[in-house]
Amino acid sequence: MAQWLEDIELGNRIDLGAWKMDEAEMIAFARKYDPQPFHIDPAAAAGSHFGGIVASGWFTIACWMRAMMKHRNEQNLKYEKPEIETSGPKPQNGPSPGFINLQWPTPVRPGDVLTFSATTAEKILMKTRPQWGIIRSTNEGFNQKGELVLRFTGQGMVMRKPQS
Amino acid sequence: MTRKAADSIRKGLEEVPEYARKNHMPEIKYYWEDLVPGEVVQFGAYHVTKEEIIAFASEYDPQLMHTDEEAAKKTFIGGLCSSGWHSCAMAMRMMCDHYLLQSAGMGSPGLDDSKWRAPVRPGDILSMTRECLERRASKSRPEMGLTRFRHTMANQHGEVKMILEGSMMFARRNPGAEV
Repeated sequence: MAQWLEDIELGNRIDLGAWKMDEAEMIAFARKYDPQPFHIDPAAAAGSHFGGIVASGWFTIACWMRAMMKHRNEQNLKYEKPEIETSGPKPQNGPSPGFINLQWPTPVRPGDVLTFSATTAEKILMKTRPQWGIIRSTNEGFNQKGELVLRFTGQGMVMRKPQS
Repeated sequence: MTRKAADSIRKGLEEVPEYARKNHMPEIKYYWEDLVPGEVVQFGAYHVTKEEIIAFASEYDPQLMHTDEEAAKKTFIGGLCSSGWHSCAMAMRMMCDHYLLQSAGMGSPGLDDSKWRAPVRPGDILSMTRECLERRASKSRPEMGLTRFRHTMANQHGEVKMILEGSMMFARRNPGAEV
């Protein structure tokens, strides 16, 4: 459910669940978007410094986004029921200006089970668009051994509460 | 993964260039030593389609601005546009086709910064400008070095869509040699 910037609580961690990384999908994604040998060719990957197939970092982050969208859609179904709809303006989520500080510290391998999360971290006001602000969040993925495989600061535009 | 999206991604198999196919060992043109700070290179022509935007987003980023042409018109962004992650993926494919698959690339530890400047739309023909910003040899791993790039993605009208800044690792032609 979209919230006004003013109503978002910082430090709130959302658990986005555990997701198994499917080898066929991992390779299909890389063949289309990142066809480096260690992402698409098991034999070449075995002979590389990775020692086996590893996920494209863009696949890992796309899987994080999938988990985020599933969470968001579930929240929408839960809270945006007609009986609790209020009158007056409603907040909307806007697009993202981009991400910062993206790290892929440990390779992701087929069959890994990644636990994704998002933690609200910072609010930024926009000089050029006074009705909007930016919410930053620290987004992470850990594998089944507890190793960090993904961390980035996500940014999303969020509407500010209208002044009455 | 839905069958439709899976089929759409599998279609990508046919688009893999010959030198990226299994059992084909490309000649390595670019080692760490060959990517020199200050160098600027332009490459790529990625034709963006409505079908691909919707297929990617349906699987990984199902928001109306990326999946529904009519609903997208009523959003802040004013019409269908690609997921930012899809934009990154398309940029990656151009990097692969035009230099990474001919390089001794060893992956990337991450990116420091990105800017999604303007929405990527159906009909855009995207291209890349790569600026080599700096490089350093790895002390702990003499067989490799790190190189930092700024990649700017623009469309056929010169409109800048995205800027990515980050490092990649490359094997060294002369491991451990003085630089």
